[in-house]
Parts: sequence; C-alpha cells; structure tokens
Amino acid sequence: MKYLKVGDEILFSGVIYTARDQAHQRLVKLKKIPFDLEGEVIYYCGPSATPKGKVIGACGPTTSSRMDKFVEPLLKKGLVGMIGKGGRSKSVRQLIKKYKALYLVAPSGCGALLAQKVISKKIVCFKDLGPEAVYRLEVEDFPLIVAIDSFGRSIYEDL
Amino acid sequence: MNLKKLKKQVQELTAKANFSLGSDVSGLLAKAYRLEKNKRAKNALKQIIDNADIAKKERVAICQDTGLPLIFIEAGKKITISNDLVEAIKQGVEDGYRKNFLRRSIVDPLKRGRSSYRGAIVHLDFTPKVSGLKITVFPKGFGSENKTRLKMFDPTADFTEIEQFIVESVQLAGAQACPPFLVGVGIGGTSDTALLLAKKALIEKANILNSTEKKILKKINMLKIGPMGLGGPTTCLSVKIRTQDTHIAGLPVGVNISCHALRRATLQIL
Repeated sequence: MKYLKVGDEILFSGVIYTARDQAHQRLVKLKKIPFDLEGEVIYYCGPSATPKGKVIGACGPTTSSRMDKFVEPLLKKGLVGMIGKGGRSKSVRQLIKKYKALYLVAPSGCGALLAQKVISKKIVCFKDLGPEAVYRLEVEDFPLIVAIDSFGRSIYEDL
Repeated sequence: MNLKKLKKQVQELTAKANFSLGSDVSGLLAKAYRLEKNKRAKNALKQIIDNADIAKKERVAICQDTGLPLIFIEAGKKITISNDLVEAIKQGVEDGYRKNFLRRSIVDPLKRGRSSYRGAIVHLDFTPKVSGLKITVFPKGFGSENKTRLKMFDPTADFTEIEQFIVESVQLAGAQACPPFLVGVGIGGTSDTALLLAKKALIEKANILNSTEKKILKKINMLKIGPMGLGGPTTCLSVKIRTQDTHIAGLPVGVNISCHALRRATLQIL
C-alpha cells in the first residue's frame, strides 16, 4: 500500500466493509466491534435494496467528510483504507499519514456501474439499520483513485 | 379519474425517474464528454455515461441514493384535487420505491432509527392556464441537497453580487456533491419560496438556457472543479433561474444543486 501514491488509478479486487453515518457512530462507541478491522478497508456506502437475481443494488460512495470525526478510533483498531467521495479535513489527512493508511475515491454517482463489480454481499452487523448496516462486499476490478496517500498527500484541498 | 390506474402510472413514473436520465441531461453529458480534453475528466464522464446506460438496461437505480422523493403536482383548470387523489399519487411513489428495490432513505430527523419508504414531499400548484394534470417525481439525492444555500440580499443589491453568490455556492459544493452539477436558482418570494423556486428550476429543460444563465454557467466552469472534482472545465452542465415577485424590502436568493444524475420524470394526464 505504501507504494500507491496520490493520483494513482487502480482496479481493486478483494474485501471491503460498508459503513456510513449511523454505523460509524455505533462502531466508535463499542468496546469490541463485531468484526476484525485489522488490515481492512471501509467503504462509505449505503446500497439500494438488492433486486431479484442480482448480488447487490446500486452501491456508489457517499460523502466522506461526514465520517471525518470517526476516523481516528477506527485507524487505532487497525483500519488501513477508506473509500468514499470528495475531500477530507486536514486532520484526517494528517491521521492517514500518521497511521500509514490510504483514502481512495470511487466514481461518484455511478452506483449501477459499481454494482457490477461486486461478487458477493453478506451482512456483518447492525441489520436494523437497513441500507446503513455493515455489509462485507467482495469486489473485483473496483475502479478507484488514490485521493490521499500514506505520505498525507491529497488530490483535493483540505476541507 | 381512475385512481387505481393513476397509482400504477405513478409507480412506473417513479421507476423511470430512478432508472433513466431525461434526454436533456443525457444530451448535456454526451456533449461534455465529446468536448472534454482532460484525460481523467473524460474518463470520469465516460463512467457517468456508462453508469446511466447500465441503470436503464438493467433497471437498477442510477445512484444508490434514490433520494427523498419530491412530488410536484400541477392541477389545471378542469382538475379537482381531493385527498384521495393526492393519496393515490403518494402511494404510487411508495410502491414504486418498494417494488423496484430502491433505497429506503427516510427517517425521523432526530430519532433517526429505522428508515422507511414513506414520507414523500408533495408540492401542489394550481395552474389555470392548462387543463390537465401534470405529475413530476423528483428523487432528490442528499449529497447535493446538503450544499443548498439561501441568502437574503438587500433590494438594492447589484446582480453581480447574486452571480457571485451562485458561483461561490458551487465552489463550496466542490467534489462532494458529485460534479458536474446542474444548478437551480430561485429569486424572489419569501425565503422558503426562493428555495422552492430553485428546485422547480431544476425540473425545467436543462439544455435551454437564457443569456444570463449561460453567463453564470461560464463563470462556474472557470472554477475547474471538474467531474469527480478531478479538474477540467466540466464543473457544471446547466444553470436555470426562476423568479417570482417579492417584497420591496428584500431579495431572497436560493441555490439548489443537483449532482450529474439529475433525475426527474413527468407524467401529463389529459
């Protein structure tokens, strides 16, 4: 991951966990979170319902900056990557540098296209939150751009 | 009027609004793609266009944020509006969301908790100049809605100050609100009217602009935010302004931004 630098365009294949506003609020309050964050990537996303015969509904990124205030506790628990859309605060950029993490952006407003890159979807926790629950997604060739690299260099200006 | 039939029509209208872009918006995107020279921006525009094609073909939502559904009802001269009629339309929208696997994104503002499909917002206008019933379903995504701005100008303010306010609002929206944008501006009325006019401006044909709108569009595109906020001249596709008479003491201006996936579909009955 340290070889990825700001502006790099990649196709990611692997596992990501969805979490947005409400899930973050719960995750940072829990002493022990229901899944291991060590080395994992969180995707700021609340997918549409899954149509019959499909793996997932539309699943594009949501605005990352709303999650800025929850970033540090999750980095402490081993989180290494975040995927979303738009810029971040200066403090998040510095935290990414400190923890040698990454922030990537997915094509915003392209939920139908991204749905085709998801191979499997499994609920992990907070089922009551519906679209805001945590889902484990297995993705293939998920198009991403490195927006903040592990040196704290950003493609966007600080918010 | 056959309310059962109306409900079905509105249900399909809701699907159409969420699965396909209007020809005005898709035309603007195609034109932007043709003209874009910045490689990264061109690629982002290609993804946006491909996404819309996939959504339409696969009947999947264009965006996972299927919005807070807005319903604009325009009742012409020969239309009698009843509770049953409005309820049938609302039910049609709700069914459209549920049956087409769109996202349930509506919650109590303070308790939050479990989200639902119920809570579409209805705007009703009486338009005596036309005879029929016009229904528009407009799923408004909140990434862009969160960037809404209102300013109460002095009545003696220069129009350049208003222009500046509009451009600044787009700048503040930045990469977060999914550029390239379509911008709706409402001028006049009271504070609430100005913002409602801005929404209504977004329903109008996005590819027909007057000279003032074209001028502001040009200024916005000098911001170089670009698709996904990655630079290039394609920051905004359209600016539409609607006005209404206001009070001698004021000049309210509302700015409502739509992401590139401006989704609204209209049904004209009779």
